[in-house]
Amino acid sequence: MTRISLTVNGQRREADVEPRTLLVYFLREHLGLTGTNVGCDTSTCGACTVHLDGESVKSCTLLAVQADGREVTTIEALARDGELHPLQEAFRRNHALQCGYCTPGMVMAAASLLRERPNPTEEEVREGLEGNLCRCTGYQNIVKAVLDAAASGARV
Amino acid sequence: MAATETFVGRSVLRKEDPELLTGRGRYTDDLSVPGMLWMAVVRSPFAHARIRGVDVTRALAVPGVVAAFAGSDFRWAGPLLMAWPVTEDLKNPPHYPLATDVARYQGDGVAVVVAESRGAAMDGAEAVQVDYDPLPAVTDVEAALAEGAPLVHEDLGTNESFTWSLTNGDVDAVFASAPIRIEERYRIQRQVPNAIEPRAILVEPNIATGQFTMWDSTQVPHVVRTAMALATGISESKLRIIAPRVGGGFGSKLQVYPEEALALELARRLGRPIKWTETRSENFLATHHGRDQVQRMELAADERGKIVGFRAHILANMGAYLRIISPGTPVLGAFLYCGAYTGEAYQVTLTGVFTNTTPVDAYRGAGRPEATNAIERAIDALARRVGKDPVEIRRINFMPPFTEATPSIGGLTIDSGDYHATLDKAIELFDLEQLRKEQRARRERGDVRQIGIGLSTYLENCGWGPSRVIGNVLRYAGGGWEAATVRCHPTGKVVLVVGTTPHGQGSETAYAQVVADELGIAVDDVDVLFGDTDVAPSGWDTYGSRGAAVGTPAVHRAARRVREKARAIAAHELEVAEDDLEWSDGAFRVRGAPDQARTIPQIAFSAWTGHNLPDGVEPGLEASSFFDPENLVFPYGAHICAVEVDTETGATRVLRYVAVDDVGTVINPMLVEGQVIGGVVQGIAEALYEEALYDESGNLVTSSMQAYGLPGPPEAPTIITGSHVTPSTTNELGIKGVGETGTIASPPAVLNAIVDALSPLGVTEIERPATPEKVWRAIQRAKGERA
Ligand code: FES
Ligand code: FES
Repeated sequence: MTRISLTVNGQRREADVEPRTLLVYFLREHLGLTGTNVGCDTSTCGACTVHLDGESVKSCTLLAVQADGREVTTIEALARDGELHPLQEAFRRNHALQCGYCTPGMVMAAASLLRERPNPTEEEVREGLEGNLCRCTGYQNIVKAVLDAAASGARV
Repeated sequence: MAATETFVGRSVLRKEDPELLTGRGRYTDDLSVPGMLWMAVVRSPFAHARIRGVDVTRALAVPGVVAAFAGSDFRWAGPLLMAWPVTEDLKNPPHYPLATDVARYQGDGVAVVVAESRGAAMDGAEAVQVDYDPLPAVTDVEAALAEGAPLVHEDLGTNESFTWSLTNGDVDAVFASAPIRIEERYRIQRQVPNAIEPRAILVEPNIATGQFTMWDSTQVPHVVRTAMALATGISESKLRIIAPRVGGGFGSKLQVYPEEALALELARRLGRPIKWTETRSENFLATHHGRDQVQRMELAADERGKIVGFRAHILANMGAYLRIISPGTPVLGAFLYCGAYTGEAYQVTLTGVFTNTTPVDAYRGAGRPEATNAIERAIDALARRVGKDPVEIRRINFMPPFTEATPSIGGLTIDSGDYHATLDKAIELFDLEQLRKEQRARRERGDVRQIGIGLSTYLENCGWGPSRVIGNVLRYAGGGWEAATVRCHPTGKVVLVVGTTPHGQGSETAYAQVVADELGIAVDDVDVLFGDTDVAPSGWDTYGSRGAAVGTPAVHRAARRVREKARAIAAHELEVAEDDLEWSDGAFRVRGAPDQARTIPQIAFSAWTGHNLPDGVEPGLEASSFFDPENLVFPYGAHICAVEVDTETGATRVLRYVAVDDVGTVINPMLVEGQVIGGVVQGIAEALYEEALYDESGNLVTSSMQAYGLPGPPEAPTIITGSHVTPSTTNELGIKGVGETGTIASPPAVLNAIVDALSPLGVTEIERPATPEKVWRAIQRAKGERA
């Protein structure tokens, strides 16, 4: 067991974890933050995307111990005070989700994409979300939602 | 106050979204219960092997491992349910949750380990020692039928499971006298459905009452409950199956799986909750696959290209075992080898074949994408043969427009259709003229990048029913009806309980729209419950585009019954005859005095107190419906695409794609468009990228998302959608279905476009998936033949 201490969604957390525990399982099973999903075991699908020190990462590719001393944000912290985040709003408005399983990862990846590029082109959105797979939507409405969020000028 | 707003026909935003967008949706793997153990399955690395022995001693020594069992440690009450024996003499070797003597496909379960943690269960599974004696394997249908092929089930003496056929008219005579005959051969490669949520199961036993609750990532909790009772002998009344949020299915979760029975049986045996979540790698091997056919398609026509005869001969790969509807999957497409066209004679022969591969079953479209591929590719071949344009040949062969049910040469009675209308609209949206011009220009200047234009004017059948026909004529073991209950709370809020099990379709929203309009309330005042056999005990779940087509009429009828009961109470309260009331603007109003009115919430309260009900009227405001459709429904449409092909590298790119579909009455255009776009992209991926490929010894070579070719955002084109509506005559709402049209229509459109792009080079056929390598090879082959 290794002791780690980190900030998750603004809260300080300390925990003893097995060194082999992946960050995604630490979030899901130790902290009960089940919004972050697991869709593969080859770091392909992006369902597990969270922010680590403000940058999007696939949380299945990191060990929990690698997040020691750092700051993690998950989908649960995106909506504030009962209000959806502008990107979440845009996803809803544009019907950018069906089964919703890829959605938390997709939204987190899109949020960090927009932070880096507030006014992306369609192609930049598609390239930027390359590491996130969705089987339901065909991506079209996801891309539309991200462009819509960007156009609405909302702070992401 | 009465709601003046109505909802049906509008793009109401989804009720499902807020929880899914915020990470609050609960999928099965999100759940845990105290004392839970983890299960892991030991799987055969061989496609075919005799199991000489299974030794779990080392697994039991792994810290945290609680128990481990071989297949022979179980006595099942029955095999896993196979619900569609398509012929009387079909061969169906029983499939039990674990193999005992022979492993028949790579991934076949041979032992199971239970441990205190996920990691310990996996470590335990690795430590189980299985002594295999590898046997020769066969993965290809034609090889499996060849003399001397390895036998998947030795005692059967053959790899053929069944042959099913359908004949309409004098096929031999029609073919013998037709001046034009073509024969095409297509291979529909195997697909891995790849719902992004892997399967997951959690079973909690109550050892005091003998009751079991199973949370399950399934499309079919009702079917699972019956199947689990049959496999384990636990009575259905003791089984509660809950499908919480489900992360996509595409048919792969309409199955009854070994792991469900294992988790249940282990929970009973050990008296503790059991959890299992599939890894993606396991999903590739252990979740059923789709498609995998070899097709011979023949058309007979006159010199103008008017088709007189259709003849299809299909070899359908069943995999190692018949699973829930494996044999029925090709039958679902068997009436569609004539597409939307007329003719004089029709014949389809389907042979189901066992191979040492993962079982094959329904995958979005199930049988209909295969049939559509055959006819839509073949009609293009016929067009080339008689020197006609693909648009023109379709026009001269279409069934004429009809609004009343009309028989087809394929043996169906089709609800309604106007095939010219969708084609006209698609051509218009596509701007065919302009693209043909561009194509000519590139041809003339010998551009490296050529453009091809491909069409698919599909017709499909879905909305499975009526029960007596699918049971008595097609030999399906289940029913095709659907159930709904509408229950008004005292304050007028409404609960709708449905027997379908949506998992991404947005049915909660669509159903709520129908109920809201029927009862004059807001969509937000309707809560929809489903996917729990205790809460919604009756129903046949969600698959085969039945959620809208079969589910909605049940919802509508239940709501209408509530309203009819409310009418009696309203009349009584307003002291008028029922006939003096009219339903308008969301309330019952006295004719001529519209201010004298009662809304459903008002009546709900009266019905709850029961203080002043008319004689003979029971308290409460609630009604149910069991809707059994009179026929299937028949969506159709025209898809056109332009594909750019790099003639030096074989790389392809979809430049423009237009889908015009007639799915009957539309409840929510946004949801319909979402289904179309998602399905089309899935179908394009099937045409261009995806393939489950086995090597000769039966190893699945494309066993990861990457190797398999799942498309990401950059690969997906933009889809332009359009619609045309001819209401279905099958149900009173005019609804057809939309869940599968995209995957049914799109692959042949894309392949036809590629062939069209390369036809000046002499290419007449392209293998699926049309990867750059295959396209390049086709070009080289054509060049070689010309040289
Ligand atoms: S779970 Fe698929 S990339 Fe992390
Ligand atoms: S919405 Fe289902 S995987 Fe994206």
